[in-house]
Amino acid sequence: MSPRYRDHLGGLLLIVIGLGAAFQAQGYEVGTLRQMGPGFFPTALGIILALTGVVLFGTAIAANARLAKASKAAAHDTQQDLEDEPRYSPEWRGWFCICVSVAAFALLAEYSGLLPATFACVFIAGLGDRENSLRDLLVLSVGISIAAVVVFWWGLGVVLPLFSRSFM
Amino acid sequence: MWQSLLDLGYGFGLALQPQNLMWCFIGVLLGNLIGVLPGTGPLTAISMLLPLTFSLQPVPAVLMLAGIYYGSQYGGAIGAILLNLPSHPPHAVTCLDGYPMTRKGKGGTALGLTMLSSFFAASVGIIVMVFGSPLLVQVAFSFGPAELFSIMLLGLVAGSTMSRGSPIKAVAMTVIGMLLGTVGTDVNTGTQRFTFGFLQLADGVELVALAMGVFGIADFLMNVNRLGHIGSLAKVRVRDMWPSKAELKQALMPMLRGTAVGTLFGAMPGTGPTITTFIAYALEQKISRTPEKFGTGMVAGVAAPEAAAHSKTQVDFIPTMSLGIPGDAVMALLLGALMIHGIQPGPRLIIDHPDLFWGLIASFWIGNILLMLLNVPLIGIWVKLLQVPYRFLFPSAIFFIAIGAYSVNNDFFAIWEVLVFGVLGAVFTALKFPVAPILLGYVLGPMVEENFRRALLLSRGDMAIFVQQPISAAILGFVILLLAAQVFFAVRAKSGLRRLPLAA
Repeated sequence: MSPRYRDHLGGLLLIVIGLGAAFQAQGYEVGTLRQMGPGFFPTALGIILALTGVVLFGTAIAANARLAKASKAAAHDTQQDLEDEPRYSPEWRGWFCICVSVAAFALLAEYSGLLPATFACVFIAGLGDRENSLRDLLVLSVGISIAAVVVFWWGLGVVLPLFSRSFM
Repeated sequence: MWQSLLDLGYGFGLALQPQNLMWCFIGVLLGNLIGVLPGTGPLTAISMLLPLTFSLQPVPAVLMLAGIYYGSQYGGAIGAILLNLPSHPPHAVTCLDGYPMTRKGKGGTALGLTMLSSFFAASVGIIVMVFGSPLLVQVAFSFGPAELFSIMLLGLVAGSTMSRGSPIKAVAMTVIGMLLGTVGTDVNTGTQRFTFGFLQLADGVELVALAMGVFGIADFLMNVNRLGHIGSLAKVRVRDMWPSKAELKQALMPMLRGTAVGTLFGAMPGTGPTITTFIAYALEQKISRTPEKFGTGMVAGVAAPEAAAHSKTQVDFIPTMSLGIPGDAVMALLLGALMIHGIQPGPRLIIDHPDLFWGLIASFWIGNILLMLLNVPLIGIWVKLLQVPYRFLFPSAIFFIAIGAYSVNNDFFAIWEVLVFGVLGAVFTALKFPVAPILLGYVLGPMVEENFRRALLLSRGDMAIFVQQPISAAILGFVILLLAAQVFFAVRAKSGLRRLPLAA
């Protein structure tokens, strides 16, 4: 994402979360200063959060306006200033695989036991890296699975079964 | 005074019991191991290893946690010096002169100096802690809810404004953390807040899941396919690690000054270790006769910030243990861990759990010595570990995180929490928000709320209670001063006159 609009987005995000929390907290009986209800503190926090969002959004607009003025005067200098950190392209493959790998562990551990969950978790996460070969991944997943059995199941006595009944 | 020394002796007796010593050693070893791995700092190490301590008694568990913290902090310095890779923000300063030293072939010396300065600084910090904590406890007993609220507010404000980067963003993250802290059953009325129908959220957001998501999964999401190969490293031999006499002489004064800076800042709640190391470095540069040489491998540039970080950490334990108010995210995590073990840090801790408090202090010293002993023979192995490719590292770490989250309560829900907080943390990191304040807010939030409500209940809703109590008023005045300074610097930076190197 362009660093130029990063703070606009961040500010909006804070406003949304803050107002959302404050709105949700209205359901918990706000009360008065003398007799505060459970909704008082969350409401206050939500409003403060939304305010920081407004400030952030405002400073972002001001900064961009200043930048526009400056770049008219001195062509590329400030532009470069803002862009000098390395820009990365979105890393969809890595993100997807990491998220799926955590979800896979949660689901498989519940329904089919520790071993399939461990294997799937490591294998799927590893797929997120472009340089991993299938052979490397198999070795890594098997290795971690063995470690899981020895350290967590046998050593630390995690209560998960290695394979549960509903496996398959 | 004498009482403190007697108690300390008792603590040493406890920490030196073979079983406790063993857990401390395991903690140092595991912490060092994880801290060395690229991309994992103390926060990741503690959150990943925290579930391992759940099966232990409180005393060995705390000793092990302290060991993990030490080990991972030192492990991080290895990566910073040899690879220019700071996995923990305070080490960013160590990179400035540590890495150039490595390139000059002095990597071993830099590591040795780091070890010496951290040991020295930690020792000073421990002494301050031994004599400072009982004093603070005496004062703390006279604190009512109004004073406690003001101190926590100071901690939160200082924690978010005195770190590097945009203060407004840090404040926002602190507030998000506090909001996360309100999730669950309200202690006064039993109302379910922000649980959205999930029964598992009734006890609140799981601390371990939050930490592992925000510091673990979020890191992997940011680094995948970006943290690539680490080229070959300079060989570090054991005999390179002992600095020469001239280097020791060069390092002595910076070490002393760094320790002083760290101790001073440790006494202030909320000032993070990162800002402390930057100030120590800036101070060295300012008084040096050759300021232009900084960044090219100056001994002072390594010794001062490392000493500052370690004395700061040590002194930071004073408010954490005796007031129950953590200074930064690491302390917040340790505090949360204590609470999981059923121990409520605060003025009563030293009286109710003297074994734990003094044992912890003694174990700091022992842990530091263990660290020195460990690193001399193992440095070769650590250097090899630094070369483990990231593509093998992060899948394994994700598994450890997932099973760690599960084993906190044997509950699958925690794994889903990790995923949600991981994505949240990655989004905020991508938007250049600092995520560490989330944890500080999460731990302090419920305490702030409780004391705020209690204070206003006492005063029948009169907000003036916070300024009528002299101690509370003084602390609040300091908060306002801090905020005013922020606005002042922000306006001055905007007007474009000149930018302070350490603004914010």
